[in-house]
Parts: sequence; structure tokens; C-alpha cells
Amino acid sequence: MAGSNIVNESRRRFLKHGIGAGAGLTLGVYLPVATAQRAAAGPGKAGGEVIASSDFSPNAFVRIAGDGSVTVIVKHIEFGQGTYTGLPTLVAEELDAAWEQVRVEAAPADASRYNNLFWGSSQGTGGSTALANSYQQLRQAGATARQMLVAAAAQAWGIPAAQITVRQGVIEHADSKRRGGFGEFAALAATLPVPEDVELKTPDRFVYIGKPLPRKDSPEKTDGSAIYTQDIKLPGMLTALVAHPPRFGASVRSFDAARAKAIRGVADVVAIPSGVAVLAQDFWSAKKGRDALTVEWDEGEAFKRGTDEIMAQYRELARRPGTVARHDGDANSALASAHTSLAADYEFPYLAHAAMEPMNCVVKVNAESCEIWNGAQLQTGDQYAVATLLGLPPEQVKINTLFAGGSFGRRANPQSDYVVEAVSVAQAIDGRVPVKLVWTREDDTRAGYYRPMYFHRLQAGLDNQGKLVAWQHRIVGQSIIAGTPFESALVKDGIDATSVEGASNLPYAIPNVAVDLHSPTNPVPVQWWRSVGSTHTAFSIETFIDQLAAAADRDPVEFRREMLSEHPRHLGVMNLAADKAGWGKPMTPGRARGIAVHESFNSFVAQVAEITRGDGGSFTVDRIICAVDCGVAVNPDVIRAQMEGGIGYGLSAALAGTITLKDGIVEQGNFDSYPVLRINQMPAVEVHIVESDAPPTGVGEPGTPVVAPAVANALAAATGSRYYRLPLEIGSSGRPPA
Amino acid sequence: MISISVNGSVHELDVEPDMPLLWALRDVIGLTGTKFGCGKSLCGACTVHLDGRPVRSCILPVAAATGKRITTIEGIDSPAAKAVREAWLALDVVQCGYCQSGQIMAAAALLTADRDPSDADIDAAMAGNICRCATYVRIRKAIKQAARSLAGGA
Repeated sequence: MAGSNIVNESRRRFLKHGIGAGAGLTLGVYLPVATAQRAAAGPGKAGGEVIASSDFSPNAFVRIAGDGSVTVIVKHIEFGQGTYTGLPTLVAEELDAAWEQVRVEAAPADASRYNNLFWGSSQGTGGSTALANSYQQLRQAGATARQMLVAAAAQAWGIPAAQITVRQGVIEHADSKRRGGFGEFAALAATLPVPEDVELKTPDRFVYIGKPLPRKDSPEKTDGSAIYTQDIKLPGMLTALVAHPPRFGASVRSFDAARAKAIRGVADVVAIPSGVAVLAQDFWSAKKGRDALTVEWDEGEAFKRGTDEIMAQYRELARRPGTVARHDGDANSALASAHTSLAADYEFPYLAHAAMEPMNCVVKVNAESCEIWNGAQLQTGDQYAVATLLGLPPEQVKINTLFAGGSFGRRANPQSDYVVEAVSVAQAIDGRVPVKLVWTREDDTRAGYYRPMYFHRLQAGLDNQGKLVAWQHRIVGQSIIAGTPFESALVKDGIDATSVEGASNLPYAIPNVAVDLHSPTNPVPVQWWRSVGSTHTAFSIETFIDQLAAAADRDPVEFRREMLSEHPRHLGVMNLAADKAGWGKPMTPGRARGIAVHESFNSFVAQVAEITRGDGGSFTVDRIICAVDCGVAVNPDVIRAQMEGGIGYGLSAALAGTITLKDGIVEQGNFDSYPVLRINQMPAVEVHIVESDAPPTGVGEPGTPVVAPAVANALAAATGSRYYRLPLEIGSSGRPPA
Repeated sequence: MISISVNGSVHELDVEPDMPLLWALRDVIGLTGTKFGCGKSLCGACTVHLDGRPVRSCILPVAAATGKRITTIEGIDSPAAKAVREAWLALDVVQCGYCQSGQIMAAAALLTADRDPSDADIDAAMAGNICRCATYVRIRKAIKQAARSLAGGA
């Protein structure tokens, strides 16, 4: 990289203001536009869109203190996926720091320094991009810091830098037997010019990348000291619960706060655009106050239909061609002349994210600024939404990004819904005191922003040799992106890329392929949900492929293999999973296997599900054998954890996940009516990672979409029945005794 | 005033007697390691020990906890709890971490009552504790590892 890319922030500060002895080294890294755009293009096609890239963006990532501690400033939220471990690993690798001396700090909201390189000028986490977009950036930051520390030691010792080695946080000159820690040279290094060029390690010299370094966040998450939004308490702060309208699109007509205000601890009751907020000294008082509140809702604009009616409308829409997303050859003619043709309809429900920490947000507002404490996933979007509401410049909205108790996409709300609600409450009391907005589990489940419902119609034709010659895939469902700030980047020619991902890039070699899309609208708010479009496209495609293999009297693995010769990474994971699962070997009666393979977010995952039939049509999912190709495996243990977790999250939805509406009312509320996977339903999971030197890609999402079709294919193998709807609606009786 | 004993310290609380113990711990005493997940005893994130037994603090009125020994994640230091925490660290069980206080309290209670739980025992004892990150595979492994370490140390 060119020397102009890197700036020594502490030297800048030094030159400007002077710094005292003992001050440490803080390095920033500039990525020139060309490099940023190459990074933004990412590996592979799906991430290859360059959204407007900002010019030279300084990003400060490393701080080395006089005590020798190395603080890595992480620009991405940690909500379980391992960013607070993976990103510091990249810095520590090139810096040759000892893992124990590395600390982690959340970056402030500042897109000029902490933008996601795959997202142009926006800071945020999503699409399994955190490690991928940081891979070069943070290694460069670490390598530059290392070279400057070495230069400082060389100057102090009066020897050539080339004779100095760095290992595990120790700077050493072997000949003179001199050694020192980073802290001893941090102040001197901070005054030095940034090197013209730094060399990154070749993989054979990696000491951390590829090794299972322990998670940085484990200690505080096992002793109760980790701080989430729910745990923030500021002086004078009030807790707010909001009564939301029972139907989407309704609003407050009037309310009577007298009984609520009579509850001990209740401080105020105020109307806000999204409902009526009750503010109290603590959660329990606010909850009792809200229970005592009487609100009359204006339902003139309210949505009063049910999910059955929505699905009927989608089914009707699917009779007509939609907007073309992919068109190879002539699928209609090929279908008409096929030797055998099959058709199948698939239905997918609304899904709530149901993160363990219900949505919440702490805000402090005054005339000139606003400070937010939040498990913020889209810092830049949240800054703009809040700035617009308050009439402030976005940079006056300070965001403290905290651990989030899960998100699965929910905290990346394009409308910043719950953040705006929290600020609205603070605004309604004139910023008198800080406010903590807390949603109950029921509020969280009923607030919308669901994974959309979808209807798929698939038709395919086989020739007389049993080869697939025609493929017609029609998708009907609300657009996640339309009407959001992401529309210009992600909706092209009427196609919301997130509605058809996984389908429009169907990897199988079929000469005639047509994919089209209907994006009907309705007032039920929708949003991305872990693995987004692949949550439904992987299921319909991979179960239909199995059905076609059966129609062609072919083994499902061999049938796929023949059509994947141009896709070695799909093939690689499928062959690995099949091999490790002993595909083709007989199983005991009542047991069966199913396979599925899918690419999402530039990572490739195949899974083999092993199931056992139980009594009365029930079944157990015994084991999932998972193979993943995510490029360089920076931390194999975190990758395994993400596959395990992604499988559990996908299986949860496959077995039981459904949000239904009746007359516009959401019928689910808590974990009794919206059941999620429990430990007794969790299969054993075996993860195999494909060795690769390709640039690393994400692992937070790609494990999720593959499990449902693998299980459904195993069920079909066991029962002879095909499954066209999620959830599977046949009882999972849990896990068999080991 | 309601008097409760938490982690060996007595707290005099000026709260309504129906306030769930969870909110007395979190909002009044300031012990935030115990988490709110559902408010209806459905998820286990709020699990604390009452006289050594696991209870869901989100539905237990604070008045019902007077005269009992309350232990939270911040205060638990039994041999079983130490073994559980060590195993949790060794296997890097946590992901988002929000449910893990409850998981650790439930696991420590299990191993106090049963030093050698089978898979079925683990599933039965832990099925009330939801983890949306689905760290279940490692929870199972970690409980077994903690059981082995307790057996080795006995």
C-alpha cells in the first residue's frame, strides 16, 4: 500500500497540540478510493456492488498505551458473532502482540473513519461483512503499528530496525540481548512518521489467523458484568414503556392517564407518534402504569386483514408472470416440451427475530445534541434518523454501541424504529431527564418488522435422460428494501435483490431458467432476518431439487453434483458434508438423511440432516453434519460456533416459527405462543471447514438457511411425503436419548 | 420496607411488595447480571438461586423472597458454579451472552443436585433456559466438562 494511506493520529495531535510523555500511539489507516472500491467489490459477485464510496477516510483502529496494552477499536457491533475476537485477531496478527495484552473498545458512530468498506460511506454491521470488509484494513493497521514500534526501538537502541524481531508483544534485539514491551516504545513511536510501505504477512507466517483464539467477551459474559442497553442507568433516568396500537397503521385518538399516574413511581404519561409512553422510576412501575392506561385508538387507517387472506392474495398473484429477475434461454418452451414436468407451491410465514434482549434504547437529549446507548447495528442510519427528528446535524448524535443480546437483523432497522421511538419519548418530555425505552417480550413480538411472508411457485422439466432442462421460479412477497434508504442500492429494475437472492443466482447448470418476482405491499412492517432472502429461497430450491432427483430416479447428491461442475465451492462443501456423513451408507430403520447446499453472503454451506421417526408422525433431528467454505478461516472455533448457532436458529423457525395475523391482530406474544428451539430439540452438530486461501467471507448468516431443506429432505426420505410449508407442522419430539 | 438478602448482603427496599425480584435486583439494587427476557417464566434469563434452588425472578414477588438466601450471577461462588464458569470459558460457550447468566445459574444448580447428569438430565434441567444464539451444543458439553472437573476435584 502507498504511504499516503496511513496517518499517525497521535503524531497529528502531537504536532497540533503537543502530547505529554507516556502518551501512547494511535494509528489511523487511510484507504485510498481505488483500494476502498476494490475492497468494496469484495470477493464474489453478490457483494460486488460499489455503493458510492467516500474519499480518503481516516479510520483509527489501534491504540497502544504506556502500560503496554493494545486497544483495538472495533467498528462493528458484537452481538454474538465474534467481531470483538475476530477483528482484534487481525490487528494482533500483524502487530505480533500477545493475545492477553489486547483489549477491545467499541468505535464511536463516525462513518468518516468507521464505515463498512463494503457499504461505501455508511457505518454498520450486516450481510455477514464485518470480518470480510476489515480483513485488509485491520491487518494494515496492525502492521503499520508494528513497524513504527520497531522504528522507535531501533532509534532508542541505536541499531538497524532490520535486526529487531517482535514476538508475542516483545520487541527484541538478539545480538545485544535487549528486549522491551510495546509500552516502552509507544510514546516515541507516536512521534515518528508513518512508514512509506508496510508488508503484510504471508499466510505461512500467521501465528493467530487459523487458530482458535479464545473469545475476548467470554469472561464478562460469564460473570454478569457485560453491559447491554438494558443495564444502562443514568442519573435521573426514567424507564419508558409504550402502549402501541393493536393493529398496524392505527394511531392514538385519545387517552386517559389518570389511573396510570396514580401508580406509585409513575412520573409522566405522554403521547408520541407511535403510541402513548408511560415513564416511571423503574420498569415495574412503568409496566403497572401502562397496564392502567386507557387508550382509544383511531383505526381508520388500520390494517385489518389476516395472514390467511394475505397468502390467498399471493397465491392468486403467482398465477401471473412477475418482474423478471433472471432469464436464461426459454423456460416456458422448454417446460412445455419437457419429457417430465413437476410443479410445487411453497408457503413461508412471517417470522419475528425474537432476540433474547427485547428492543430497548437509552437516550439523553438536549438542545444541541443527543447521546444514545444502544446495541446499534446501523450507526449511520440511526444517526441520520435521530438527527432528522431533532433537527440536529448527524454528528451531534453520539452513539455508544453496546453489546446486544442478539439481533438477527432486528437492530438494523432501516427506519431506526425503536431508536426513534426512544428519542420521541425524550423529546416529549423536553429532554428533562434521560430515558430508557424498554419493550416487553410481547411488545417485541408484536411490533412488526418481520421476515416477510412469501409464496413460491416452482416448475421444472426433465428430459428423457432425467436431466433438468427447464426451471421456472416465481416468488411473491413484500419488498424489505422498498421505501428504505437502501432502495437506490438494492432495488434495480423493480427487483429487490433481497427477495430473490439465492434464487436468481441458482448455481445449477440448467439451460433454461426463469426467475420472476411480485412485490405486493401491505402495512405489516418487514425486515431482514438472519440470512434474509435465503431463508426461503434455499428451502424451496433445495427441496424441489430433491423431488426432481427422485422423479429422475437419481441420488440427490449425484443429481446435484452433475449440475455443479462450474461451481467448485458448492461442490466442495457438498462432497465434504456427504463424505463426513457417510452418504449412501444404509441407516437403521426409521432413520434417514437429507442434504442441502447453498451459497449466501459469499460463503458456501452444505448440511446433511439425520433424523429419526418417532410415534404419531413425530420425528427427532439427531445430528447435522455441516461443511462450510468461508475462505480463510480466521478463527475456526468462532466459525464452528456460528454454524452451530445458525443451524439452531434456522431449525427453530423450521420447526415452529410463525407469526400470524387475524383481523389485523398479531396472534403471538411471548415464548408460549411463539415457541423457539430449546436445548432438548437441539441436534448434535459436526462442523467441517474447507481449507481455503480465498479472502475470508462471513459466517453469521450462511449456516441458517441450509438446515430446513436438509431436514425436510430427510423427512421426505423417511416418509415419502414432501414438505411445502414452513414451519414443518409435524411435531418434533426433541432429541433421542444418546 | 422489604428486607432481602442478596449475595450475603441485606438490602432494605422501599418498593411495592408485588414488584418481581428481577426488577428489585436490577432497577433498585443495581445488580444487572440477571436478565429480563420474557417476564413470564418462559425463558430462564432471570434465573437466580433462592436458598440454593433455581427460580425465575421475573415472576417471583420480592416480598416472597424475604427471609431467603438470594444468590445472583454476581455472587455465586459454589464449587459447582466455579466449575461451570471454567468450562464455559474453556469451551467459549457464549455468543451474544444475554441468556448466559441464567444458563450458568441453571447449570450450577443442576450440578449441585446431580454431579453426573446424563444428556437427558441436562436437557430436562436446561430446557427452561432459551438461548436464541443456540449455544446448546456447547452448553451440553460444558456441563459435562464441569461435571468431570468436579468429580476429579472431589
